[in-house]
Amino acid sequence: MAIFINETTRIIVQGFTGKIGSFHAQDMINYGSKVVGGVTPGKGGQTHLGLPVFNTVKEAVNQAGAEASIIFVPPAFAADSIMEAADAGIKYCVAITDGIPTQDMMTVKNFLRRFPVEERMILTGPNCAGTISPGRSMLGIMPGHIYKQGNVGIVGRSGTLGYEAADQMKRLGIGISTSVGIGGDPINGSSHRDILEHFENDPETKVVLMIGEIGGPQEVEAGLYAKEHMTKPVIAYIAGLTAPEGRRMGHAGAIISSAGEGAAEKVAILRELGVHISPTPSAMGETVAAVLATL
Amino acid sequence: MDIHEYQAKDILSGYGLKIAEGGLAYSSEDAVQRAREIGGHVWAVKAQIHSGARGKAGGIKICKTHDEVQAAADALLGKRLVTHQTGPAGKVCSRLYVEAGTDIVKELYFCFLVDRSSERIVMVGSAQGGMDIEELAVTNPEAITKIYIEPAVGLQDYQAREMAFALGLDPEMMSHAVKTIKGCYKALRALDVSMLEINPLVVTASNELVALDAKMGFDDNALFRQLKIAELRDKTQEDPREMAAADRGLSYVGLDGDIGCMINGAGLAMATMDMIKLAGGEPANFLDVGGGASAERTEKAFRLVLADKGVKAMLVNIFAGINRCDWIAEGVVQAVRKIDMKVPLIVRLSGTNVEEGQRIIKESGLPIITAETLAEAAEKAVQARNEVVAKEAAGEI
Repeated sequence: MAIFINETTRIIVQGFTGKIGSFHAQDMINYGSKVVGGVTPGKGGQTHLGLPVFNTVKEAVNQAGAEASIIFVPPAFAADSIMEAADAGIKYCVAITDGIPTQDMMTVKNFLRRFPVEERMILTGPNCAGTISPGRSMLGIMPGHIYKQGNVGIVGRSGTLGYEAADQMKRLGIGISTSVGIGGDPINGSSHRDILEHFENDPETKVVLMIGEIGGPQEVEAGLYAKEHMTKPVIAYIAGLTAPEGRRMGHAGAIISSAGEGAAEKVAILRELGVHISPTPSAMGETVAAVLATL
Repeated sequence: MDIHEYQAKDILSGYGLKIAEGGLAYSSEDAVQRAREIGGHVWAVKAQIHSGARGKAGGIKICKTHDEVQAAADALLGKRLVTHQTGPAGKVCSRLYVEAGTDIVKELYFCFLVDRSSERIVMVGSAQGGMDIEELAVTNPEAITKIYIEPAVGLQDYQAREMAFALGLDPEMMSHAVKTIKGCYKALRALDVSMLEINPLVVTASNELVALDAKMGFDDNALFRQLKIAELRDKTQEDPREMAAADRGLSYVGLDGDIGCMINGAGLAMATMDMIKLAGGEPANFLDVGGGASAERTEKAFRLVLADKGVKAMLVNIFAGINRCDWIAEGVVQAVRKIDMKVPLIVRLSGTNVEEGQRIIKESGLPIITAETLAEAAEKAVQARNEVVAKEAAGEI
């Protein structure tokens, strides 16, 4: 099963013919993802990487049956591309782009809410590494080979810290159903909580590892959801124990701007809510293993 | 990006906000000249630094004569002011804003900010102005009014009125208040403002609303389309190392510890710093070299970390995804050879081509300490740091 993407998911790349788009499109094709083409306005009708290029996402949906999209469009135009995908009927969209203005993301979120839930595109990112259902499909920029197929769901803000988790788990022989990057921006397409809900409903996923960080309310909201609505155990690691207040730690959203947004505070609240805590970033794999052993 | 009070007031007055007459001064002579131009008998001489709570730190002086203005300016210019927002290092004041005194009847709190939970702009106000809003949120949350703005239609008049009544304003002031509030919102939307705070917003004896202070922060991601705002950046208010890093496309935050860090990815960087702390050390910095981590970038990052003379050991932690460990190892070896490092270096590589990367480091003949896991890397870094400190104490270095 996995969530969002599998071997049959028909993928298009927005920003297909650019350098970054081309590189990662090829990487996804090599992994086995079912890429069916791409969109670059003005280059419709051409062939790129042996696949058709479309002028609009609507054409890609109508002519190539596109269901999922990945966005490599520069920050100034990325919000527009996301809304185009949503309007064209794309079901799942990953925005890789880093640097989209916050007000643009507010517009995007508001636009998405206008669709009835059953027709609403699910967006993850921006500023993320993407989503992978190991052994089936990769919709992102991660190194696919470090992920082993299995039953643990991963949701996290950071790319490389997610790789670290996948690598620790692989060393312990633990596999992953789907790993979802939600990105490091203050306003993002899907929250930790949103992704937990999908994992709860996925029969293949047995436990979920949530990799959070300082800043914003999403980890705590996810913890509340887990306590009230989830049957599956959640394990969490929150990065940023040493981060000082009021300083942005790389990610636009990684900033402690009010009470409750620090790592230690989030950990205390999550523990209270019954979430298993990985005490250090090097213990993510073993903490997952320990929880799996109790099932 | 933050700007100064005088810059924020200049912008907001263009959107209809009333401010007291004032002028900028770079010297005490300037300051007296500004006071003369403004006229009257009372002036506020205000240190322009990127921080709130300047009053408590002695950064705002009320003067009743030109001599007092001169003395206040002399005392403030070049002074390092420390507030709870600047951190212990404080910020140096190199500009003053001299403002006409305002006849205050009532002080209010007013701000707009991006609420991450509702993903909307929220307008926050309180009739109890002038004090720390975070403190008020704890001691008396009922005294704070929050109004969320629907992004598609923007701030409505009724919402501005609701806020004006919550602030306890006289009904006669309503149209003036609505105009002021809507003007601020307009500036916020037009200029990609992420935070706009007026504390205090005051009611004067002549029943006018005047911004006594103004603080604005802008979305860094939107500066590409706010070129006039980007020009307002005052580099003297920012950490020079962070500025240098930003110019080189690196994300750096200077901290108080002594173990330098170079990591790819913001999350992994924070996690590595956490591991250092858990191992008993303190990180000297946050540094995300990004996905590329070419040899050139690696060298720049090394130079940046080592420019901090307090660094006693350096830890490199790279998870190679699209890039490869052997490329990174070569970059590290090149950088160490070029820079002639004086402090111990601990390198942990993982991901694509890790064996090849480790071989390159081993065969370089350089005294690089390697580690397999994150925990091991942090422990070795702390140990190396402790050895350096012990040697220093024994007078061996």
